[in-house]
Amino acid sequence: MEIHYLTAHQLKDRLEKGQISCTEIVKSIYLRIEEVEDRLNSYIRLEKESALSRAGEVDKLISAGSDIEDFMGMPVAVKDNICTKNITTTCASRILENYIPIYNATVIDRLESRNYILAGKANMDEFAMGSSNENSYFGTVKNPWDTDRVPGGSSGGPAACVAAGEAVCSLGSDTGGSIRQPASLCGVVGFKPTYGMVSRYGLVAFASSLDQIGPITRDVEDCAAMLNIICGHDRKDSTSINMEVPDYKSFLKADIKDMRIGVPKELMVEGIDREVKEAVYRTIKLVEDMGGIVEEISLPNLEYALSVYYIIAPSEASSNLSRFDGVRYGYRNVEAESLREMYRRSRAEGFGDEVKRRIMIGAYCLSAGYYDAYYEKAQRVRTLIINDFKKAFKKFDVLISPTSPTTAFKIGEKIEDPLTMYLSDICTIPVNLAGLPAISIPAGLSGGKLPIGLQIIGNVLREDNVLKVAYSLEKAIGFTCRPGL
Amino acid sequence: MERISKDDVKRVAELAELEFGEKDIEKIASQLDRILDHVANVGSANTEGIPPTSHILDIKNVFREDMAEESVTQESALKNAPDEANDGFKVPKID
Amino acid sequence: MKNEYEPVIGLETHVELYTNTKMFCGCRLSFGEEKNIYTCPVCLGHPGSLPVINKKAIEYAAKIALALNCKIKRYTIFHRKNYFYPDMPKNYQISQYNLPLGVGGYLDVDMGAYIRRVRITRVHMEEDTGKLLHKGTTGRISESEASIVDFNRAGTPLIEVVTEPDIRSPGEAKEYMIILRNLILFLDVSNCSMEEGSLRCDANVSVRKTGEDKIGTKTEIKNLNSFKFLQKGLEYEFKRQIKVLEAGGEVIQQTRHYDSKTGTTKVLRSKEEAHDYRYFPEPDLVPIYIEDKMIEDIRKTIPELPSVKAKRFEKQYGLLKHDSSFLANNRDLADYFEQCCRYYNNAKNIAKWIMSNFSALLNKEKMTIKDSRVTPENLCKMMEIIDKGKISSKIAKLVFEEMFSTGKNPQKIIEDRGLEQISDEGLLEVIIEDVIKDNPGPVEQFKEGKDKAIGFLIGRVMAKTKGKANPGMVNEIIIKKLS
Repeated sequence: MEIHYLTAHQLKDRLEKGQISCTEIVKSIYLRIEEVEDRLNSYIRLEKESALSRAGEVDKLISAGSDIEDFMGMPVAVKDNICTKNITTTCASRILENYIPIYNATVIDRLESRNYILAGKANMDEFAMGSSNENSYFGTVKNPWDTDRVPGGSSGGPAACVAAGEAVCSLGSDTGGSIRQPASLCGVVGFKPTYGMVSRYGLVAFASSLDQIGPITRDVEDCAAMLNIICGHDRKDSTSINMEVPDYKSFLKADIKDMRIGVPKELMVEGIDREVKEAVYRTIKLVEDMGGIVEEISLPNLEYALSVYYIIAPSEASSNLSRFDGVRYGYRNVEAESLREMYRRSRAEGFGDEVKRRIMIGAYCLSAGYYDAYYEKAQRVRTLIINDFKKAFKKFDVLISPTSPTTAFKIGEKIEDPLTMYLSDICTIPVNLAGLPAISIPAGLSGGKLPIGLQIIGNVLREDNVLKVAYSLEKAIGFTCRPGL
Repeated sequence: MERISKDDVKRVAELAELEFGEKDIEKIASQLDRILDHVANVGSANTEGIPPTSHILDIKNVFREDMAEESVTQESALKNAPDEANDGFKVPKID
Repeated sequence: MKNEYEPVIGLETHVELYTNTKMFCGCRLSFGEEKNIYTCPVCLGHPGSLPVINKKAIEYAAKIALALNCKIKRYTIFHRKNYFYPDMPKNYQISQYNLPLGVGGYLDVDMGAYIRRVRITRVHMEEDTGKLLHKGTTGRISESEASIVDFNRAGTPLIEVVTEPDIRSPGEAKEYMIILRNLILFLDVSNCSMEEGSLRCDANVSVRKTGEDKIGTKTEIKNLNSFKFLQKGLEYEFKRQIKVLEAGGEVIQQTRHYDSKTGTTKVLRSKEEAHDYRYFPEPDLVPIYIEDKMIEDIRKTIPELPSVKAKRFEKQYGLLKHDSSFLANNRDLADYFEQCCRYYNNAKNIAKWIMSNFSALLNKEKMTIKDSRVTPENLCKMMEIIDKGKISSKIAKLVFEEMFSTGKNPQKIIEDRGLEQISDEGLLEVIIEDVIKDNPGPVEQFKEGKDKAIGFLIGRVMAKTKGKANPGMVNEIIIKKLS
């Protein structure tokens, strides 16, 4: 197989055997980028020079006898809402077009300590708001499987570049499905850890109580290895869980005998494509063949999940995005003669339509007279949803569902209708509301052309169960297709 | 029933320091109306005796000790400033 | 006419805490240095940065709340208060809303003739803003072309103390602030300087007919940044509201700005009043559960408070009420006084020295007693020397001045400068005989019964001895010689 399609653990194996150098890996990734990036637009910024020079340094370390750790010397794409010191971090927004962070996100520090290589900053929906990557100031990302179609969002760039061989793996962020849904649409693996497992320090906030950083990789093994690096307590993030992090790779066992798997019927209803449903049923069969016990379950309050999400996330976002005011950094309208005019024009010109729409929804839901009916009510219903999951996990080890109700849709198909677009995240949103860990793995192709994703959801801090089932199913499904790009 | 009037849009835009053209206001009013009409279904959930969740984790009392850490340099602080003067961030006339 | 009305006043006081570092990040607090040198991604509100609570700030805030007799909430959280202003790095302030740290306290304000108990509604924590400097000649917002923002102060821990509308006169308001300031100084958690802005006060004022229960429409007065301005501003606003009512008008709820130049209050533009802060729980922070042990630990750090201390000084040292309050209201003076009491047993004398000569010099040099070079031991030694008649109180003043500037031992100063009082009768007689010989006129006058003349003669003796003659003995000898 081409070097650019190998997984990190395969590449590590070759590095260890001296069959390849880091420089060769980085070069082959950049060759691939030159080949396909015009058609995909997965990156906002490439770091070719520094990547090659880092690769040279890593090669020196290796020839000096240094141990080769996971992801050492691996070119990783980082979603452009994760702060990289001295390297622009734009959130795909005009308002941050020239913003140069003065610090590194904690995850970047952790990766740097493992000698990773930053391939570039990946494209995304502006401020991670979107499900199609059409909301980027730097242009739409195309799906590598069909460039007339969307890659999903908001981590469209991180998913597309891993699917197309433009990076070994990537870091995305997931607020309502922004890692899992594009991973599903692009035929790669995407993981959202338990809320609090990965530090949010340096992740430009969209909705603070829902955001979580996670990996997008070519297989479950790389996913577990990346979790080993990025998970763990950070004293700079008050919501970070202070506990010992397990070795996630130790859960990679193809054995799910007697595991109890629930299928929430609310996530298998209308709006789900027939082929997507069929793929889920096929997996259920595989689970049963392996000795797993599958049962349907009802989580009645999931009915409200989309509404709860579209109240809480925009509300938090409206406040989080207040800081973009043209005073300390970012875009400023220089013609404005007064402060208020400067604020309004900078924000009106700096933010795209979807971002403004969500700020408006959020500010409305928090405003005097509406707080109780919207924000506070949503928080109470959120409790009901959490309780539904708690109950479900008394009976089941994991829950499975489609990741996305449909496969990749056409560019432009839903962009004019926000509410229809929001429905793309119907299966992933409940997971963020409850802070649960969940993965999306490829479960096949629809019509032989477009990937279908399967979502596996675990209880809080039960990444072990998620990884075990994902690894087992990955082996059983045997998805090896690559986009014909 | 109309949830969002054009005046609502103007009121909220003022709170959020955003501005829209007269034509856009109508479009936004109708989009917000549809979205808010959809999300208002949370109202039908029975939440009697159910507390709101603002933190999904059972984490409490996260503090830092009162120990000084290195600040960034003045140059770094001002590096991204759209406009600066006298070692500070310059803003237009406050109205 | 005016007596028919009474003002109803509530105060909101902001106090900056002097922790080592800011409320939510590790930057040091600044004291007017270069602009924007104590900042970081957190207090500059950079994208992706997150706050972490300074534990010391919570302890300090709880200390204030406890000293104000508040109940400490076992469960307390931070909220975001959303509004745009250029001195706010995030355009929201992390503050407290419906679950503040302390509630339901009081502060007794001793007005001499009566005691006013002012109920404390709440004590809550928040972060301070940066500072705006207005370009242009006058330095006022309205007249400047542009402003400069300095974020050194942004994120400084702040507490807000809110009272019930229990204050009934501008004088009470001033007294409340003085007592509150002393109290917080005693707790050693803030330097409470109104001048530097580490203690700031806004007032809510309404008027009503004396004896009525209902509260009228209130106005909020800002910029009351000294004790004097607080009183003057409230006096003006009280009169203004009465005038409005007397003219058949209605008081409008608004925010007014006190202008110290004209002594009046002016309405701020109405736009600023249309605030809708959209408070919601700060999702970047987790709740605080305050356990009994933490409260007990903090309580142990609270020293004897001024009102209690004053009563003890009266009883234990027999000081006058005024003197004991004076000393007890300043923690440093009180501590100094009590240290002196260990070396010297005339407490009244100590109090007199501290309150007169010592305080005068401290004020002149703008120093605090803690910074002074005069140790309690040396002050007491000096008082003993006076008691023994070795120096006069006049010479003592000179000695003390030198002690103050050099920190030297009084005995050494007296010896080095030869200031010891001349009490040698033989020596004094020789000097006095000379003076009598040289001043026949005054001697005659004295003999004719003009008692004043003796003052002149004593003065001459003192001049000749450079003030060192024992004045009592000089008096005695002159009378003996001339009668």
